Amino acid sequence: MIKGSSYTGRNAVIHKEREEKIMKEVVAAKSAVEAAADKNPIIKVSKLNKWYGDLHVIKDVDLTVTQGEVIVVLGPSGSGKSTFIRTLNALEEFQSGSIVIDGIELTDDLKNVEEIRKETGMVFQQFNLFPHMTILKNVSLAPIWVRKWKKGKADEIARDLLERVGIPEQADKYPGQLSGGQQQRVAIARALAMQPKIMLFDEPTSALDPEMVNEVLDVMRSLAESGMTMIVVTHEMGFARQVADRLVLFDKGEIIEMAEPKAFFDHPKHERTKLFLSQIL
Amino acid sequence: MIDERLHIKGEMDSRLEVTDAPRLKQDGQTPFFKALKKNLFDGPKNTLLTLLTALFSGLVLYQVVQFAVTNSWDVVYIHLRLLMIGQYPLEELWRLWFALYYASLMIGGTWGLFKGAGKAVALTFGSVFLAFAIIPWTTLNTTLNLVACLLLMAGGYLLGSRFSVLKIPALVLWALYFPLTLGLIMGFGGLLDPVLSRYWGGWLLTVILASVAIIGCFPLGILLALGRRSELPVVRYFCIAYIELVRGTPLIMVLFIGQLLIPLFLGGQTGMDNVTRAMIAYVFFAAAYLAEDVRGGLQSIPGGQYEAAQALGLNKIKTTFFIILPQALKAVIPAMVGLFITILKDTSLVAIIGLSDFLGTARRISNNPEYLGRYLELYVFVAVFYFIFCYLMAYVSRYLERSLSKGSR
Repeated sequence: MIKGSSYTGRNAVIHKEREEKIMKEVVAAKSAVEAAADKNPIIKVSKLNKWYGDLHVIKDVDLTVTQGEVIVVLGPSGSGKSTFIRTLNALEEFQSGSIVIDGIELTDDLKNVEEIRKETGMVFQQFNLFPHMTILKNVSLAPIWVRKWKKGKADEIARDLLERVGIPEQADKYPGQLSGGQQQRVAIARALAMQPKIMLFDEPTSALDPEMVNEVLDVMRSLAESGMTMIVVTHEMGFARQVADRLVLFDKGEIIEMAEPKAFFDHPKHERTKLFLSQIL
Repeated sequence: MIDERLHIKGEMDSRLEVTDAPRLKQDGQTPFFKALKKNLFDGPKNTLLTLLTALFSGLVLYQVVQFAVTNSWDVVYIHLRLLMIGQYPLEELWRLWFALYYASLMIGGTWGLFKGAGKAVALTFGSVFLAFAIIPWTTLNTTLNLVACLLLMAGGYLLGSRFSVLKIPALVLWALYFPLTLGLIMGFGGLLDPVLSRYWGGWLLTVILASVAIIGCFPLGILLALGRRSELPVVRYFCIAYIELVRGTPLIMVLFIGQLLIPLFLGGQTGMDNVTRAMIAYVFFAAAYLAEDVRGGLQSIPGGQYEAAQALGLNKIKTTFFIILPQALKAVIPAMVGLFITILKDTSLVAIIGLSDFLGTARRISNNPEYLGRYLELYVFVAVFYFIFCYLMAYVSRYLERSLSKGSR
């Protein structure tokens, strides 16, 4: 018993040191990013429409995201928010409108799709780790086979990333041996290993036990602070209020309201937003 | 004070021991007897059942032992060479021995290097070699060769367990094993004296047919399974048509087609002997079934795996080979090995097209008027031999399944 608690104590200290280290890096990175023209639109979505058969799931959505911005997408289930985020890296097709990511237009051209997928990392609700590979292999696979890095370099970067998400000691285990929170942190590391400019999160904490939500949100928070452009679909209001630069409310495939957190929570303009907030808060 | 307490405690402990001992004695039952009582003599009905079963098993066992002991088995051991290798020319026997040496060394080495199921394989082969070396009816030459095999196996084990750097050479040697030994048995297309396939027979022919069928159907079956899920309609419909056509046809008919139609289509002078044609028939037949097994595995992979791979930028081919196929194949190991065992047993159907495989040879011997009515010994021998190797395959499959599912829940 005593042994156990002293161990967690030590762990906590290590964790804190690590966080401080990350924070320092983050501050340095952020100032650099701010210096480099903050107003670059890195994602430009205009007049996006998508149908499933007769069902109109995304209606005339416009969204422009500048570099380093954190957008949190809210909305009731079935509102099209997940579908929207999945169209951004071509996991879903769309019928009209345009998506331009980092200057590349998303078309049927496979080359463009590949380029855009290199630029965007994606984290799923169900983690979707590869169960037959070790954690390290999960993270280093894509860099080796898509970025064509040498195995040594890819492994080194993978270990660094696992360190960054706080689970370096799990590198040689298999996904099935990890808790949900740990698996989701691996999934984040896996997406980061491709060195994307944009990270997409599709309800990253919805499948987690409540006590594991924070460890994942912490990683996302530090990622946001490091200047990563992020679009996050989530129901975590605390995270939204604290981390987001802008909030977007989806309903029935449309963007109902888009505002900064303070304005969004304190003075929502639309009745639908008020209703949504009253239901969720 | 403390001392006194300790003393009292000690006394109590010893008292406990003293009182414990007779209680255990009263019970007077070892765990073995307890288990016996609980499982076999639990109430009058079960006792009756147990006794009846014991009586029946005893009777059967008595009959079997009597059969095994009172029979002379000469029909088996006189024809042992015929049963094992058919008409393979005596002066070229060294090729088969070489193949066995090679296999023994590799099996021993694999056991030493990789542990696991290699042990079962090595012990099974070792026991079979030993049995054949010990029985008095084999020639001295055979005995010496088998002893050499056993020594090579032991040597391989020692080498493997000492030098783990040999892992990759061992895998390369395994990959080379089949083409090399098959080439040697055939004579490397004229490099050595060719031994025509009509001289192959018995267990040798059975093993060659089964190996070719299993090794050949594996890539073909996977391609068909992938093709059946292809987005290209031409590929998909071709694969569906092929798989359903073959699955809707009896194996014997496929064998006949192989024998009669291949020469017809390819213009008579194909230069293909009937063993080769049987091999082709087996490969194409087994591939259709394997494709269906693999398709089951492919369907069991959740869509999230594809999405995750795509999101990481892996293209379709890389996704298939790194993410989907390894998981799909792992999921269908039991079904695949079941198919492989079926193939091994189904090779006995080649007797119908005039080849003398293991079972076919036994049947031909039993037709010899000199041994009229002595078929039972032959068939028992054949059955035991088939069973040993089929069971070994099933065992290795179970082991693979368990060891591959480690870590992933």
